[in-house]
This record gives sequence, C-alpha cells and structure tokens, in this order.
Amino acid sequence: MLEITPPLGFIQMSSTVWTYIFVTITFFIYLYIGWRSRVKETSEFYVAGGGVPAIANGAATAADWMSAASFLSMTGLIAASGYDGAVYLLGWTGGYVLLALLLAPYLRKFGQFTVPDFVGKRYYSETARIVAALCAVFVSITYVAGQMRGVGLVFSHFLKVPVEYGVVIGMVIVAFFAVLGGMKGITWTQVVQFFVLIAAFLIPSIALSKMLTGSYIPQVGFATGDVHERVDALHTELGFKPYTEPFTNRSQLNVFLTMFALMAGTAGLPHVIVRFYTVANVRAARYSAGWALLFISLLYTAAPTMAMFARYNLLSTLNGAKVASIEEVENEEGNKTGQKIYHLAAVGEDGTEKPIHWINTWQLTNLIVFDDKDGDGKISLQKDGKDYAEATIDKDILVLATPEVAGLPGWIVAIVATGGLAAALSTAAGLLLVISSSIAHDLYIHFIDPEASEAKRLTVARIMILAAIVVAGYFGIIKPGFIGEVVAFAFGLAAASFFPIIFLGIFDRRTNREGAICGMVVGILFTGGYILACKANVILPFLFSEPLITPILPGWTEGGISPESIGAVGCGLNFIVTLVVSRLTPAPPEEIQQLVDDVRIPRGSHAPEAHFDESDAEADNP
Amino acid sequence: MSSPIDDTPPVASARPNVGYWRANLCVIVIMMLIWATVSFGCSVFFVKPLNAWHFGSLPLGFWFGHQGAMYVFVVLVFSYAWIMDYLDKKYGVKE
Repeated sequence: MLEITPPLGFIQMSSTVWTYIFVTITFFIYLYIGWRSRVKETSEFYVAGGGVPAIANGAATAADWMSAASFLSMTGLIAASGYDGAVYLLGWTGGYVLLALLLAPYLRKFGQFTVPDFVGKRYYSETARIVAALCAVFVSITYVAGQMRGVGLVFSHFLKVPVEYGVVIGMVIVAFFAVLGGMKGITWTQVVQFFVLIAAFLIPSIALSKMLTGSYIPQVGFATGDVHERVDALHTELGFKPYTEPFTNRSQLNVFLTMFALMAGTAGLPHVIVRFYTVANVRAARYSAGWALLFISLLYTAAPTMAMFARYNLLSTLNGAKVASIEEVENEEGNKTGQKIYHLAAVGEDGTEKPIHWINTWQLTNLIVFDDKDGDGKISLQKDGKDYAEATIDKDILVLATPEVAGLPGWIVAIVATGGLAAALSTAAGLLLVISSSIAHDLYIHFIDPEASEAKRLTVARIMILAAIVVAGYFGIIKPGFIGEVVAFAFGLAAASFFPIIFLGIFDRRTNREGAICGMVVGILFTGGYILACKANVILPFLFSEPLITPILPGWTEGGISPESIGAVGCGLNFIVTLVVSRLTPAPPEEIQQLVDDVRIPRGSHAPEAHFDESDAEADNP
Repeated sequence: MSSPIDDTPPVASARPNVGYWRANLCVIVIMMLIWATVSFGCSVFFVKPLNAWHFGSLPLGFWFGHQGAMYVFVVLVFSYAWIMDYLDKKYGVKE
C-alpha cells in the first residue's frame, strides 16, 4: 500500500494541475474572442455574415460538428467493436460527400438562414416550417444529451467526483457559455476550438504510434506496423473474435444501415447546414465542405489507429495483472461505503512487479470496476460470456485514459481533457442556439405571440436554452447509451426527417407541400418511436422495466435492426411517402418551380442580407 | 437546314441552363457511384473477399473501412469543387 500511494499522489497532482491550467487558459481565450467578436458583430453584423473565407469556415464547421462523440466516445466504441467501428468512421465522414454534392451549394444559393426557413419557403407553408422546427428541436436535444455526458466525464475525472456530479457541473458551464450568447455566430471561436481539439487528439496518437510502431505518423504506423497482429493474437488467446474480423459485434445488415443513417444524418443536421450560409458564394460553399471534411479526416483517420493501439495497451497491461491490495473506500464520517478500490500491479516477463497507477482515479468515479470473481489474486479479461470478465470499463473513457495507460506525461493527459471540453462545448453551444432559435423564432412568434418584442423573444430563447440543458442533462445522467450511440440516434432522427425533403426540394421540382409535411412526420415519428420502443427501459426507467418491443418481438433487441440503424429505414420511408404524396396532390405553384430552377445555378446568389430583416437577425443567427 | 426535331433552343429558353444542370447531374452520379463503391462496397459488402489482399501489413478490407474510404471522400469533395468551377465557367453561370 505505502509503496503505491506516494507516486500515485504525485502523478495525479501533476496531470490535475496541468488540466486546471489548460482548461482555465482555453476558457479565457474563448471568452475573450467571444467578447471581442461580439462587439464587432453588432456594428458589422451583415458583413460578418457573408464574408467568412472558405478555409476558416471549414475549420469552424469541423469544430462545430466534431463533438464529444467524435473526440471521446468514438475511439472507445471502435476499440470495443473492432472492425465494426467503421460505421462511425465512414458514416460521419461519408455524409460530407452527400452534403457537398447534393445540398450545401444549393442551400447557399437559396440563402435562408435556418433549415425551418428553407422548408417553410420551398414548401410555401407555415405548417411545414413548424414541423421542421419541431424536428430540429428534437434532433438537437438528443445530440446535446451526448455532449453533456462527455463534459460530465471530463469533469468527473479531473475533479474526482462521480460522473453524475460531473454532468451537473457541465450543465452549469454549458449554460454559462450558451446564455452568454453569440458563440455560434462567432466563427473564430470555433476556429480556435478546432485547433485545440485536433492538437489534443493528435499529440497522444503520435506519441502512441511512435511507441508501438516507431512511426511518427499514426496513419502510416497503423498500416505498416504489426500492432494489428498482436491485438488479433491477444484477442484469440482471450477467446474474443479477432479485432480485424468484420461483423463480429454487428450484423452486416446493421453495419450497412447504421452507416447510411449516419451519412444521411450528417447531411441533414440543422446546425451543420446553417454553417454554409456564412460563406461568400456558392463556389465557396463547395470548397468549404471540402476543407471541413479534410479537417475532420485529420481526427477521423487517427481515431482508428488510437483505438487499436489503446485496445492493445489495455489488454496487455490489465490481463493477468496481480491484485496488490484491495482498499475499501470510506466516506467522510469514516464508515466503509462498500466501494472497493483494487490496487493492481503488472507482472513483467522476468517476474518483476510494476504498480498500475492510472486505474485508481477511474475506480473512484466508478467508470472502471474490478471484481476478482474467482479470487485467484489476478485480474483475468478472459471472455466469460461477455467482454472483460473481471473488469468493467466504460467505453467513453478510453481516449481520456489512454495517455495515462501508455504512461505519457501529465501535460498530455491534461491536453486531452481540454480537447474533450472544447469538442463538447463548441458543439453544445451551436446546438443550443439551433434549439432556441427554432423555438423562439420559428415556433413562438409564429404560433403563440406574433407581436413579441425583440427583448421578449431573446428572453424566450434564453429560457429555452436552459430548459434544453436540463432535459439534456437528465439524459446525460441516466445514459441511454454511450455518447457515440446517443449521438447516432440524433443523426438517425436527422436522416429520417430532413435529408429526404431537402434533397427532393432541390432535385425534384414536383415535390410539394403535402408530400414534405407527410414525409417529415412519418420519418421522425417512425424513427423516434422505434428508438423509444427499443430503449424505453433506459430512457424512462421509472415507467418501463423492459424494452417496449420485447413483448411484441422477443429477442429483437439482440438480433434485429438496432436503434442506431433505424434512421436509414426512416429515411427511406420519408423518401417514399414524400414522393408518393407529392404525386397524388397538386404540383407546387409556378413561382416555386422557378425558384427551384434558380437554386440550381450559382449565378446571382444574394448576399445573405438580401433575405434578412433586422428583427430576424438576432433570433436567427445569434 | 434546320431540323424540325431539333427542339433544344425552345427548351433551353423555357428552362435555362438545362445543359449545365445535366452536366452537373452527370458528375454527381459518377461521384456518388465512387462514394457508394468505397463505402458500402469495399467496406461493407466485400470486406471479407478484399481481406485476402493486403495494404501495407493490414488486410485490405479492414484498411478500407478504417482508413482508405475516408481518403477517397476527401478527394471526391475537392474534385467536385474543381470540376464545378470548370462547368460554371463553360456554361457562363459563374458568379
């Protein structure tokens, strides 16, 4: 015991101190830029709206879009699911091809400021606009829920509190940044956040790659090194399917459907689409999508390398580790709480024992739990019906833990925590503003109080942000899935509601109001209903004890279409309903058909201010 | 002699830039085919047969799913922007 604790204290101190320093510095930078740009913004609002260079907009889009799911969760999900993790990689990058080829240039030409605005104008209907605003709120809240969990994990680790408290602290911080306002409109804050998060991800990847393969470029080390052989060998030895073997965790059908749902969802996400209105013209919108994808790929091609390296490190370090001592956690009054902390030591080939420090804080926060079931004094990861028989490791912590596992210095550990916060904050702020603008601008003034003053609308928007944070925080605490999975639900909902009707709005002149409304309603109800049916016992644990779908289709939750995949089916349904209903009802008016023709050519795109009246400015694009 | 079946001019005047839109659709279709091939083809439906070959030391299907397809996506999006620059100019619809 005594030999283990002193160095443990020292190592934790240094990475915690580094984390405080980095987090404080970056928060001040975000606040400073936010404050400066805000001052500028009020005087030059319209100019700033249309003149952001394609490359800067690309970086901002990348930061806006790469969230805690990409940064913290995805690597862990890939590490746990091996080949099948490709659904996240290709789903979340392949969607940009759809966005760049099928939507972004035309939406830029269209020149409306929110997705509900586009839907309302193209489908000449207030009802369509309201349906779209409701879908946007629904999608965005699901997405923010994942971010809350991410922020909560970072805080719980470096403040050493249970993850529930971490989520509450995260709620306060996100509320502060979002209510302060204007973050979303301020592209440059997100450019800085992009650099923070990409550096935070690449530095440990490079260090790991150098350590395990000898190559400084993770993507090269990944393809040329022999780590995959070593992981596969370890997997076989432990009774798992090889890491590189496809379709071991998901069926081939689910891999296909999830990948498609994430792609179509990427192309339909309201807060990403809105980004393309901030560039100068149609040509810039095309390049901007390219830059965004290039920047995103920097992280996305490094993530699978980190996943595989981390998996190897984790398995080889923990498997067969000797239990040095077991400590029972005491509460403030000195009573035993029943929570056990295992102090482990790795046994080298020559029989030397080296204490493993990094697991200790994670055990305090309950994100890693050991249980020496057979009492042999060793931790065995042997497959025993499920993964990690004597160790339970939360998949979302892998990126945060990897630098510690690999024994990298404290400042790298701190950089990763800072990057996780940057990723979660930049996305949460953008989404919360979509939620508030959808409610305050698209719903409140059109539905409840058309005469509302500017001040009243802003108040409504702020209250809505707080309400959204509370709902999202609730889901962050009950955890309906890992961050990446919850975010995948949001993408599925976006794929099922927005992608088909925006696509058809541009490529099919004949699609009309009736078709679009029916398509959106059917798509989102089907997809949302299915996710709820599969996850009812997790989302509303006090009402349901098992998934609603189980009595109808026993065994479906294990073998059937997963809730992450269902967005692809919802998307297909939306397409069919929209096309069929449009053909059975009257064609859109001639001026709408003219508008569609006009959207298809780049010449004559208006500067955004042409579509823009003063009263819309604050609520629409804060 | 002007052919009576040559109906291009009236159509073009009713729906301007039909040629531009057709060319654009053609580019989109080709690119979407490449997109579908590397993502759903190489990385979902044909992973197992592709794994018989190797890229570096990795099985090829695995490499496509975890790396290769993403590189192709980046190339596709930039190529589209370049090709459309050319088409915008050719059909005189450039801003």
